[in-house]
Amino acid sequence: MRKKIFCVLIAVLCFTMLLTSCGETSKPGTDGQGNEKKVKVGFVFIGSGNDAGYTYAHDQARLYVEEKLGVETLYQENVSDSDNSCIAVIQSLIDQGCNVIFANSFGYMEYVHEMALAYPDVKFLHCSGYLDAENMLNYFGRMYQPRYLSGIVAGMKTETNKIGYVAAHPIAEVIRGINAFTLGVRSVNPDATVEVVWTNTWYDPATEKNAAIALLDKGCDVIAQHQDTTGPQLAAQERGKWAIGYNCDTSDIVPGSFMTAPVWNWGPYYAEQVQKVIDGTWKSENYWGGMEDGVVDLAPLTKNAPESAQEKVDEMKAKIISGEFDVFYGPIKDQSGNIKVPEGSSLTDKEMLSMDWFVEGVIGNIPQQ
Amino acid sequence: MQIINRPGTSIKQVITIRVIAIMAAAVVSSFLITLLGYNPLVVFSNMIKGALGSNIRIKATLLEMIPLTIASLGIIIAFKMKLWNIGGEGQILMGAFDASFIALKVDWIPSFLVLPVMFIVGFLAGGLWAFIPAFFKARFGANETIMTLMLNYIAIQWITYLQYGPWRDPKNMGFPKIPNFPKEALLPQIFGIHAGLIISLVLVVVITWFMKKTKKGFEIAVVGESVATAKYAGMDVFSVIITAMLISGGLCGITGVIQTSGVNKTLTFNVSSGYGNTAIITAWLSGLSAPWALLVSFLFAILLQGGSYIQSALQIPSSAADVLQGMILFCILGSEFFVRYKVRFTAKKPVSNGGAKAC
Repeated sequence: MRKKIFCVLIAVLCFTMLLTSCGETSKPGTDGQGNEKKVKVGFVFIGSGNDAGYTYAHDQARLYVEEKLGVETLYQENVSDSDNSCIAVIQSLIDQGCNVIFANSFGYMEYVHEMALAYPDVKFLHCSGYLDAENMLNYFGRMYQPRYLSGIVAGMKTETNKIGYVAAHPIAEVIRGINAFTLGVRSVNPDATVEVVWTNTWYDPATEKNAAIALLDKGCDVIAQHQDTTGPQLAAQERGKWAIGYNCDTSDIVPGSFMTAPVWNWGPYYAEQVQKVIDGTWKSENYWGGMEDGVVDLAPLTKNAPESAQEKVDEMKAKIISGEFDVFYGPIKDQSGNIKVPEGSSLTDKEMLSMDWFVEGVIGNIPQQ
Repeated sequence: MQIINRPGTSIKQVITIRVIAIMAAAVVSSFLITLLGYNPLVVFSNMIKGALGSNIRIKATLLEMIPLTIASLGIIIAFKMKLWNIGGEGQILMGAFDASFIALKVDWIPSFLVLPVMFIVGFLAGGLWAFIPAFFKARFGANETIMTLMLNYIAIQWITYLQYGPWRDPKNMGFPKIPNFPKEALLPQIFGIHAGLIISLVLVVVITWFMKKTKKGFEIAVVGESVATAKYAGMDVFSVIITAMLISGGLCGITGVIQTSGVNKTLTFNVSSGYGNTAIITAWLSGLSAPWALLVSFLFAILLQGGSYIQSALQIPSSAADVLQGMILFCILGSEFFVRYKVRFTAKKPVSNGGAKAC
């Protein structure tokens, strides 16, 4: 009896193996008769669409695309970027007819690139990386601009002159944010310092909250974050302290501590890109948009923010948008006091994208590699 | 109410119980799906479609099946001896680690030998990770469940340390990722799927033969039934325990090698992806039989792949899909209880019975 079942089993397995090997592969973008199929957009998300953070902002843009252009979208949440799981997800989305793929985490990059080479008919838009291809572009926003503005708010608010920063991974994007924030802080409060704690996670409510608690214990009275949960803001609220959020406006979740947050507004960019695919004019062009495009912005200041902050923020925001000022304008010193950016010059995009040093005023270090 | 040991459950009874369990799982999860606002029939058919509906999906399902099968074989050997090896995760990780060491740090091995050496080293590393608790168990009677479990955490932290620290790829602009393996350390593709599939099928046959036909296999089963009997029969219990755990951990180690060189193409702390834990379930459901473990792993892979598919196809939140998988599992594992025990509704007085427990 058992032997028979076993034989049947092996036969089934061999059969499935044959199926995988010599069956015809599905052709994305066509309906089998060679006709162009409608555009269908797949999203690969690092977090969950209701994380009130990074992925939430992307999911809002997905809904915006659906609403504006009437195209069908699919998404998959909580796809890890510390292994190759996104490959299976991307294959599955393409298998379900997607011909445009958005992937929203840095760690997906290599795998997205691999998929881009394997599926030349599919368009890939990868967030925050640098590897590109004929059919793969990278897009991101100059989040350092609103971070600088949020630093102004924090610098004016702090009484202990100690500000905590809960940070995810020691990569250029995060380091750039910490530097921009610190420059903002010290533009209004040269005595304040920003202490950094690395969590080595993008999304982990408990770890991030604990990191914030450790900073509060050291006397920090404003907590900023490069994390995708509201954990640090909650910790500040519980201690009666103040917080700068990230990704989206969370004033309704943590009304006690939230002052403002640098936020994403992906909708218009996503819609524009998908429209280009529909029109057949899409090209692989990397994009790094700033406040002038509205892709990044600062959330409205709440009543927790110092009163005088609004005026200063508005002033600097206008300068950034007009192009009169950008964050990394000299003179800028590094942690040991050496001039890194001399007066009269500024960092190029390339230098910003590969930033691996902290500005003066940051307490903490970047793990050696 | 009384719970009584079922002395010998007939095949017919087992099948009936299992069928009822699957039906119960369907009913309970239908309820949940309806609550979420979906049509249960659509969801179930999509799960099947998502696992077997196209080449890419079948491939994805087989990719889940391969590690589950091999890890299950490893777990089976330990469990057959009633040694509760909960350390599959750690053994997978250590196998993966040593293989990665060969792939990334050793460059004097001729390239055609790299993969074989990786497999041997991976087997030994997984085996060694199981040998530690086996030695303490055989020598001092230490609790192997706790020890294997704790060794999991050491392995995870070790790989995490490497990934965030000394092995981090400096080219990755600070992102914690270990460099990809060179070409000669990657498993070749056969019929569009990596060679791990063939290896897993071969291992099923080998382990079946080992457990059924060899002296060592027989000894393992005897030690599992009764150590006293084994000793009386003149068996060297110490060496049987050590051998079994070495093979058990070694098979998990091989799972790690396959997952790194066939799937991830590098080492990550995620490489075990819970296969070592899931294999405990699949091993148990297979009744500790190697061929059946293949079938159970295949079915389980359908559940995993189908569950992942419905997230994107029907836009069911990932947490809801996880709950769904959990409920199906709960019912099927719960049925195990009824295979082993019988519930009898009687008068208050418990009747005295050999293996009876009143409750």
